[in-house]
Amino acid sequence: MNKVGRSEIRVDAFDKATGRTKYYEDRMPAGALYIRIKHAEIAHGFVRRVDTAAAVAIPGVVKVLTCFDVPEIDFPTAGHPWSMDPGHQDVADRRLLNRHVRYWGDDVAVVIAENEVAANQGVRALKVEYEELPFVIDAQKAMEPGAPQLHERFPNNILKHTDIRKGDYQAAIQEPGLICVDKWYDTPTVQHCHIENFGCYAYEENGRIVVVSSTQIPHIIRRAVGQALGRPWADIEIIKPYIGGGFGNKQDVLYEPLCAWCTTQVGGRCVRLDCAREETFVSNRVRHAIRFHIITWLRRDGTIVARKVDCFSNQGAYASHGHSIVAKAMGSFPQHYPCDNMECDAYTVYTNRPAAGAMRGYGMPQASFADESNIEDCARAIGMDSYEFRKKNVMPRGFHDAFTGNTNYYDTYRECMAKGAAYIDFERKKKEFANDTGDIRRGIGLATFWYNTAVYPISLETSSNRMLLNLDGTVTFQCGETEIGQGADTAYAQMVAEAVGLASYRDVRVKSCQDTDITPTGLGAYASRQTYVAGFSIRQTADILREKILKYANEVTRQAVGCMDIVDGNIIRKEDGIILMSLKELAMTAQYNPVHSEHITAESTYTIRNNAFSFGCTFAEVEVDIPMCKVTLKNIVNVHDCGRLINPALAAAQVHGGMSMGIGYGLSEQLIFDEKTGKPLNGNLLDYKLSTILDHPHLEAEFIENPEPTSPFGTKALGEPPVCSCAPAIRNAILNATGVAIDHNPINPHVLFAEFSKAGLIQDDWREEEK
Amino acid sequence: MSQYKLIHCTINGKEVEKMVDVRASLTDMLRDDYHLTSVKKGCEVGECGACNVLIDGEAFNSCIYLAVWAEGKHIETLEGLLSPEGELSDIQRSFVEETAIQCGFCIPGFIMTAVEILNTGKLYTDDQLRRLLSGHLCRCTGYENIFRAVKKTMYRRHGKPIDF
Repeated sequence: MNKVGRSEIRVDAFDKATGRTKYYEDRMPAGALYIRIKHAEIAHGFVRRVDTAAAVAIPGVVKVLTCFDVPEIDFPTAGHPWSMDPGHQDVADRRLLNRHVRYWGDDVAVVIAENEVAANQGVRALKVEYEELPFVIDAQKAMEPGAPQLHERFPNNILKHTDIRKGDYQAAIQEPGLICVDKWYDTPTVQHCHIENFGCYAYEENGRIVVVSSTQIPHIIRRAVGQALGRPWADIEIIKPYIGGGFGNKQDVLYEPLCAWCTTQVGGRCVRLDCAREETFVSNRVRHAIRFHIITWLRRDGTIVARKVDCFSNQGAYASHGHSIVAKAMGSFPQHYPCDNMECDAYTVYTNRPAAGAMRGYGMPQASFADESNIEDCARAIGMDSYEFRKKNVMPRGFHDAFTGNTNYYDTYRECMAKGAAYIDFERKKKEFANDTGDIRRGIGLATFWYNTAVYPISLETSSNRMLLNLDGTVTFQCGETEIGQGADTAYAQMVAEAVGLASYRDVRVKSCQDTDITPTGLGAYASRQTYVAGFSIRQTADILREKILKYANEVTRQAVGCMDIVDGNIIRKEDGIILMSLKELAMTAQYNPVHSEHITAESTYTIRNNAFSFGCTFAEVEVDIPMCKVTLKNIVNVHDCGRLINPALAAAQVHGGMSMGIGYGLSEQLIFDEKTGKPLNGNLLDYKLSTILDHPHLEAEFIENPEPTSPFGTKALGEPPVCSCAPAIRNAILNATGVAIDHNPINPHVLFAEFSKAGLIQDDWREEEK
Repeated sequence: MSQYKLIHCTINGKEVEKMVDVRASLTDMLRDDYHLTSVKKGCEVGECGACNVLIDGEAFNSCIYLAVWAEGKHIETLEGLLSPEGELSDIQRSFVEETAIQCGFCIPGFIMTAVEILNTGKLYTDDQLRRLLSGHLCRCTGYENIFRAVKKTMYRRHGKPIDF
């Protein structure tokens, strides 16, 4: 029986339901010293002096270290694999603590103390003298001449500019009779809000440094800690226990290097660095706010003739993942709605905001908001139904991208849209809602997206794993790809059981905790790569293990290797199907054979040189209370083609979480900054409006299972895709309900009040009366 | 005022006494003194619900409840739900079966609130149930399967067939 394609219970469900699962803080060694960070309280400037006397005098304070004490080494923090080509290495632009303060919340000093209270008191007792400089928090303003400069090496604060040119845009737009839709779209700074804040602890062991961290990417962290401390990478050991969510924030090098350095400053004693929620919002990473200028030229029949797309990505203070995000966003346009003439430019710009890094969707939620809003606006401009407009223009079957080698093998987009439309009863509701004219109006909208599964060929794609045959015939499995809540361990167990020929996924013991000294090297949880890339190496290692098992079985059973197979935990003879011996019998025999003892194990690395398009769409139905400026989401469905589902129940759960994040992006989430000081104003879970259970209707997850031909298991991306198309579908539903096109998210009551006032839907009677 | 105070209380059915720092939260006491690490810290200011425990049957965010206030109280954490033989309670089983668990960090708090809801013996409407669960934040599940797990258990306890 197939082990994949079944809704099995998660391998970690029991422990998580009983509270036994150990996250980093639950493994904390007794007596660990507390590190607390002094964060800058200016948006831009230089630290001139730090008076530490009062802090040092506090009982329990062990050590105070400032930006004047750290090694003079700039290091990068992006959670990307190392590149042997210096031109492709990540930008190294920060130190463990920074003299040049580049955002409100930058790290300028640390206090290490015996207890939490003393550490906090120590931080409050530090007196920091600054030389303040003008600051800039808007990406386009930061590019202007005379704007405050953040990094010497990057004039006009431009971290990078790339472009795409296709056909001849200028010539194409000369065609008479074209309709032009020229608009700006703006997306906000948001934060990941995993419920476990980032934290880690570090200690020295036999002259090496061990860091236990809440990270998605242990092997990459090892390299970065080595770089930041100027130590050989092999001097560092990273241990990754269970983590309480990551969503990309923990796909960055956060405070592991600082924590590792602190242990070396206190004689190798264990030090812990736990971020508070407020620090997680401001001093970890955020999603890039990207502003788009899109000019689309259309014929009246709905043909897109030419498009110009400018993208301005707000990087914040440090490069982190940098230009990769907006490059991905820009790169989506020519493939999503292909047209012959395109001019696209993307700029990543430093500003005095928190550093932006990876976040679920990696540029696509931003691109999708802009692109799908513009597509909706284009359809309206020519009076065409937007569903029909999409069907006419969206990436067609057979579309091939030469760079990634991706092909759209099926007619997936149209299949997904048809399924979503059927679920939500799109055609009927569209007609019915068109009659709404009162204060409360209903609307329905849709949006689509595509997503790359892995990062080939931009970065290395490699996956390694190890399989050990246990004495009871089960298999222990280890790989570098990490469980971060998404259910990866369960998917691996199902794939291993299938590939080896075990009776159940329960016969696979997945070692969830990665230790870079022991675990085969993998890159970790990012892109939406893990199930796809692990599939290649699991199939390969399973083949090696099977070969070894059958070779040993040949000695015992005298049956030819080619005549045997492993099915449901037994070695069988293929021709007549009789069971020759169980894997347990074989394992015991092999291990304890006095003449030929063998512990049967296999290990391999697979370099993946494929990638795969993942597709989907969202349909959203809203009710808009115009006088109250309130949107209620009544119904929402996501339809995904992520290839064959390894575990349908877990896949649906993954979609629910992404939809929730997408709904927050559309309606409520936004980190706000004070224009006068650059200070973040709502970096806590009370003032930052994360969706609660009251903010969602039922979330419907549906699938089209078109098997991905490049994958040994027919699977492709699902981790990030669910977040991509929700916000624009909601925006388009609000447009459908009210006729008001809102071109920036989140679409909260403040925004609606301004937009409805402008559109004349509401009158500000109160102010009139005041006069 | 002395910095430490002797506190007597019942934790998961067992009577205990401990000297606690008067500044410590109940979260700190449960985690640090009793190693009840199901009690999670997501914000430490009563916003997220991850540290939720039952105090005399009522759900509280233990991060904003002082340890010294626990004097004479009956405190229950997720660890207390497992039977002595290691069997899951009905609500835990539903969380497992309904795929309501992902990273797992918010789950202990959610389950303890669910216990409070279920122990009222009432059959709530969907809207009521959502309101009762709204003090918890989760970033993984979109609350969809958590809602299903609680609703399913509630219906089972009433011996009623469920219609999602």
